[in-house]
Amino acid sequence: MMNKTLCLNSALPTKDSNAPNFSQKVAALSQQAIHTCYQCGNCSAGCPAAFAYDLQVNQIMRAVQLNQEDLALSAKSLWLCLGCATCSLRCPNAIDVARVMETLRHLARQQNKITVPVVEKFWLSFLNCLRAFGRSYEIGTMVLYMLRSLRLTTDLDLAPQALAKAKLGLLPHTHAGRAAVGRIFTRFAESEAQSKRDKEASSCN
Amino acid sequence: MRIGVFICHCGSNIAGTVDCAQVAAKAALFPDVVYATDPMYTCAEPGQAAIEEAIHSHKLDGVVVASCSPRMHEPTFRKTVERAGLNPYMFEMANIREHVSWIGRDIEANTRKATELVRLAVEKLRHNRPLQAQEFPITRRVLIIGGGVAGIQAALDCADGGIPVVLVEREATIGGKMAKLDKTFPTVDCSACILGPKMVDVAQHPLITLYAHAEIEAISGYVGNFSVSIRQRTTYVDWSKCTGCGTCTEKCPSKKSYDHFNEGIAPTTAITIAFPQAIPKKAVINKDFCRQLNGKKCAVCAKVCPTGAIDFAMEDSFVTENVGSIVVATGYDLMDWTIYGQYGHGRYPDVITSLAYERLMNASGPTGGHIVRPSDGKEPKSVVFVQCVGSRDPAIGRPYCSGFCCMYTAKQAILTKDHIQDSQSYVFYMDIRAPGKMYDEFTRRAQEEYGTHYIRGRVSQIFPDGQGQLTVLGMDTLLGRPVEIKADLVVLAVGIEASRGARELAEKLRISYDAYGFFLESHVKLKPVETNTAGVFLAGVCQGAKDIPASVAQGSAAAAKVLTLFARETLASNPQIAQVTAKRCVGCGKCLRCCPFGAIKSSLVKGEEKAEVIATMCQGCGLCTATCPQGAIQLAHATDDHILAEVNALCRL
Repeated sequence: MMNKTLCLNSALPTKDSNAPNFSQKVAALSQQAIHTCYQCGNCSAGCPAAFAYDLQVNQIMRAVQLNQEDLALSAKSLWLCLGCATCSLRCPNAIDVARVMETLRHLARQQNKITVPVVEKFWLSFLNCLRAFGRSYEIGTMVLYMLRSLRLTTDLDLAPQALAKAKLGLLPHTHAGRAAVGRIFTRFAESEAQSKRDKEASSCN
Repeated sequence: MRIGVFICHCGSNIAGTVDCAQVAAKAALFPDVVYATDPMYTCAEPGQAAIEEAIHSHKLDGVVVASCSPRMHEPTFRKTVERAGLNPYMFEMANIREHVSWIGRDIEANTRKATELVRLAVEKLRHNRPLQAQEFPITRRVLIIGGGVAGIQAALDCADGGIPVVLVEREATIGGKMAKLDKTFPTVDCSACILGPKMVDVAQHPLITLYAHAEIEAISGYVGNFSVSIRQRTTYVDWSKCTGCGTCTEKCPSKKSYDHFNEGIAPTTAITIAFPQAIPKKAVINKDFCRQLNGKKCAVCAKVCPTGAIDFAMEDSFVTENVGSIVVATGYDLMDWTIYGQYGHGRYPDVITSLAYERLMNASGPTGGHIVRPSDGKEPKSVVFVQCVGSRDPAIGRPYCSGFCCMYTAKQAILTKDHIQDSQSYVFYMDIRAPGKMYDEFTRRAQEEYGTHYIRGRVSQIFPDGQGQLTVLGMDTLLGRPVEIKADLVVLAVGIEASRGARELAEKLRISYDAYGFFLESHVKLKPVETNTAGVFLAGVCQGAKDIPASVAQGSAAAAKVLTLFARETLASNPQIAQVTAKRCVGCGKCLRCCPFGAIKSSLVKGEEKAEVIATMCQGCGLCTATCPQGAIQLAHATDDHILAEVNALCRL
């Protein structure tokens, strides 16, 4: 798959100027000037997760520039990205590359292109706990992740050390803002649902 | 004789692999040497002052400097000894850098060889006699070969400086390649609008004589006094009568002539005026396509010409012009890209050169400035530009960069978007070379504002897809993936080569050219305008790839060199020339026949034929001295005695 010839004509502008191409869509969502990337490679050079990537960060940027939606959204690298934003820091054109990666991750998830499912499972587990307790709850996240991923023994060897150092509280911490955090999640879910309805409505027209 | 010897360290250039102090110590023992030393930098101001000081304090009457190539500093040191009161030719140089220290690491062997070279120089100096230069008058007119933008600039600058100019242009109009361009980077201003006024200035300047449709037939003479034979190629139109009205071009029935000015994107008539702003605006008949000249009955042009300017019997004529200096500005041509089978060998009409694309975009071109596909006249929506076609390609013997293609390709991509709003351009490139002022910004604009897709990689193949488009296969090396584009039109940024006939012209001018036919400057960095033939200067792309600003700058630089040369009424001749000993000469005439400069004539001395050297024409090459069976003709600075003394010294060591 990796050596298949890409047809670049999909990049041709459509007659309907209101329909943005993939590159313009990513640019709008991330609010980043994707077209100013001149492929110096500094993002890839600084990336601490680059060793695990199937497509390097600069290549993902390149794929977006060339409107290669499939190639960009099916990259495993999107899910392996740590979000450390070293790429954004290093970019000579001041592109927030980490934000572009984040945007692509969202788009990929909307299209059900989750190429490294365990990463998504981990995040969901983390967010579930956050929503429930208003704070990170390590053991809860761990248990949910183990159940979701069926990796029942993963990282168990770290537990005794973490417990001894009091890094792994047995009970969740609670705090006064707990309900407010929960409302953030509710509002987000509502707005997602609304935009989905809008989209369906416009596609019917 | 009292000789001083200076063994230069040249920093560590020489001293690194030669024991300079030891060479100096040994030199002090050579015959007639009264003083020897080893300064750090002999050419530097303190080094030269030390030579002058030594000449005075040791009463020297000859100096040897062992250092770099005489091409570098012989003139420097001749001036140094002259300042101290010696004849400048009582100086010899031993090259112990290029010939010794830079080519070997063995200090012992290097020191030995350096000592031997110094010994030779000392022996030669012992046989030197003071030589005196002669003054000769110069012709203060300049010949400029080539009427492109570099030649035009040189002509205007020389003429404005008061020097009469003879401008020779091979084509029917001046303007060169720049006249064909639509717009120019990085300002995207109209080429004809900025060049046109300069062309008109050439036509109107009282000091400029223009020979268009003409070529250099022969050149003789030397700096200050060249004689140039110019072949006025026949146009079959009497230009003194032609008014450039264009009636003939409208009526000509032969409408399938190849249009050179428009790069063949559409046929033209057999009688043409290149373009509306042509200078001179005169008609020319292309004899390959003219019906009358190919034995058919026609002569329509002669019938319609209101001034009776058509002359089918016209032949080439010759003019001789005397000038004191020559500026060569012959420009370039595009290489023959049809050698590339992968791009179709020139069989696909919609694969065109960048210069043809300029004519397609140009309002004075055959399409009136509308970009259309040559095959079907439709507007292209997907245009692929391929850079480095015939540049940086050692496989076809062209390793050099053509310099300006990156920039005009960016310009053409921008203009394509301006002409056709809903088009998409793609540029295949290897590197983007945009080092000029506002250049890189310009290539970024092509990408960021005009949405041109730049793809780093070469195009491997172009072929028709059978549905009216061309399939372009290439590689995006940044993405690491092969890519394919369906193109309506492919524009090749074809590399440049030396103008056709450049080598033959170089031989007429006796200047050098490189492996690719570009003329060689005298020094890559410090004499970029001069050639190794005195009085001949270079301007524009004939010397190497350069864009319009650089060509104009070099045109002005060449003019400055001409004005500098002509600032004097007379020039000093080089006294290192051949001399005839009349007593020995038997008048055989061999030297007359072998002299490449025509510098030897036969004259009667007491009723006998003898050879005589014309001092101002002799270049001191030595061919005659080697040819003379009597040893009667000798180079003043390299007599048989000089050479024998050197051989003797070397054999006795």
